[in-house]
Amino acid sequence: MVELKHFINGISHPTVILTVILFIYPFIFPPTNWFEKWNKRLKFDFFWTKKGLITVYTFFIGFMIIGVQDENAKHILLKPDNVPIVGLLFLVHFFLWLSMNQGMKNDKLIDAGEKPNEYHDPKDKVLVWPDLVYIELIALVLLMAFLLVWSIGLEAPLEQPANPTNSPNPAKAPWYFLGLQEMLVYFDPWLAGVVFPTLMIIGLMAIPYIDINREVSGFYSFKHRRIAASIFIFGWLWLWINLIMVGTFLRGPNWNFFGPFEYWDLHKLEVLTNINLSDLIYIKLLGVGLPENILLREIFGFIVFFGYFLIMPPLLAKTVFKKLHQSMGNFKYGVFIFLVLSMVALPIKMYLRWIFNLKYIIAIPEFFLNI
Amino acid sequence: MSKKKNIFQRLGESPVWKSIFRSGVPRTRRQRMMSVLNSVFLHLHPVRLPRHAVKLKFTWCMGGLTFFLYLVLTITGILLMFYYRPTVEYAYTDIIDLREQVPLGIMREIHRWGAHAMVITVWLHMFRVFMTGSYKPPREFNWVVGVILLFLTLLLSFTGYLLPWDQLAIWAVTVGTNMARATPFLGHEGPGAALLSLGDINFVHAASDIRFALLGGRFVGESALLRFYVLHCIGLPFIIMIFMAVHFWRVRKDGGISGPT
Ligand code: HEM
Repeated sequence: MVELKHFINGISHPTVILTVILFIYPFIFPPTNWFEKWNKRLKFDFFWTKKGLITVYTFFIGFMIIGVQDENAKHILLKPDNVPIVGLLFLVHFFLWLSMNQGMKNDKLIDAGEKPNEYHDPKDKVLVWPDLVYIELIALVLLMAFLLVWSIGLEAPLEQPANPTNSPNPAKAPWYFLGLQEMLVYFDPWLAGVVFPTLMIIGLMAIPYIDINREVSGFYSFKHRRIAASIFIFGWLWLWINLIMVGTFLRGPNWNFFGPFEYWDLHKLEVLTNINLSDLIYIKLLGVGLPENILLREIFGFIVFFGYFLIMPPLLAKTVFKKLHQSMGNFKYGVFIFLVLSMVALPIKMYLRWIFNLKYIIAIPEFFLNI
Repeated sequence: MSKKKNIFQRLGESPVWKSIFRSGVPRTRRQRMMSVLNSVFLHLHPVRLPRHAVKLKFTWCMGGLTFFLYLVLTITGILLMFYYRPTVEYAYTDIIDLREQVPLGIMREIHRWGAHAMVITVWLHMFRVFMTGSYKPPREFNWVVGVILLFLTLLLSFTGYLLPWDQLAIWAVTVGTNMARATPFLGHEGPGAALLSLGDINFVHAASDIRFALLGGRFVGESALLRFYVLHCIGLPFIIMIFMAVHFWRVRKDGGISGPT
């Protein structure tokens, strides 16, 4: 048991878990034919069958059972404000399964030239009274019952009265913002707390205008809109929800990483030896000091940054996204690729941090402009 | 006609009942349709729907549940307002009183867990709308309205988080609002803020930036509590109601619930 817990502690570190996730991701949600072939070969579509659901749930529940028997894990899993997030884990997986399960069935039907399961004869309609209102009534009653049980069973948290001079460690934002707080590890607040959330909102709003596939609408499907779906699921599930999980369950005092079975030690030390790109190049590589001139000092950072946002898009348009670019046109493609690159910048920065201890690509603290 | 009418039948035919529900008890097909059309609440719905639209596995009823949760939160929120005073002096003790003095004191629990649940149901609703491709024309704009609703839901939840005025509340909000300090141009530690100056005079400083506007001060204190309270109880609910009205209206106007053609 101890070894198992050690093992779980080890693999829950973001470096491991995110690498595994990133690596498997395209095979589970294949964006291209090639990946789809492998998806079939590796039998990953098993996840979206009934047995797949039961398997994953068994795994989850097993983890919870082990968890509540361990002092450290129990503390973090059953903290009143964390209970909804444990619920979120189960719910998100269930609904992911439900949509993928129906999507797979529809994909098969469409491949066979038939209509999706949702299709019914347009003339054959049902009356709202009683067919819809009774469903709504039952949903309302169940929801109220559920809320009442939850509220009687679990008291809302109330800590010591507010004390502006005594900051708790860790001081955490409300759980739905913990993804942003987790980003603070890798980006400065102006990016993690302002620019990225803004881009998330704009990006979400832009989805209907940049998704040019208009046909596959009104029924569950994955295969016939796999690019849109795999990007969305990546951003929403694997970045957004996943970072919330990391921020809630795996970040302890001083925002250090703690495995689920690890004690939240206030004195755990993580040596921070992060360096900027300019230091890396001028001092470590070239062996000269940092230039006085800010522009000269940060020139490599600018090259990387502008290269990423200005040269990558046309490059991708000529290669990987050739078809997409042709069907989208320059403007839509431009918006699309900017949003995708911004999203992917997060995992990229994470890896730069983990591998090279890179702090900032562009570091101009004089103007609070650190990227 | 020889059979004696039972009490419900008589009630249904009484002039009082008929004055309220014009179409009587919905038994016939026509009455059922009229009962939806004649009710201000029910006529949010169309009269008839395609079969797939009433299936639970299609919509998961998630939008509906989100709306129900919003209603539950409104009602419990009003009850909480009877007891709660948004001042540094009373806020915390009022919350304690709510727990200890008020009979059946689970209003706060329902309100808090309901709020968490609403955040989750909004996400899941967005997810189902995405997975069914329901944001595609003609429903693009309603998706945009939806994103605004999601944002407002998070803001409502966030402003409410401060009100108990305990350690959890004040520090969570401190962490959250500290990021506003770094807003480009508008925060005093944001990139570009230094550009907005005239000679030696900085226009954007700790007592004039966007965080200050949000908190009504440099720290999370008395005026932040009042601002968050007003936003949480009046400002944001008011705005979200407007967007919800647009959202529901548009679901109807965009051709009802999406479906395959
Ligand atoms: C306070 C939050 C919200 C409420 C109360 C709400 C409510 C609803 C309801 C009751 C429906 C009818 C169908 C259903 O239940 O699925 C609906 C449909 C829809 N919602 Fe929302 N919603 C909210 C947030 C959102 C969000 C965050 C999005 C997307 C980002 C969104 C996008 C849509 C779209 C596009 C439809 C039409 C779906 C279709 O025709 O199939 N809504 N909403």
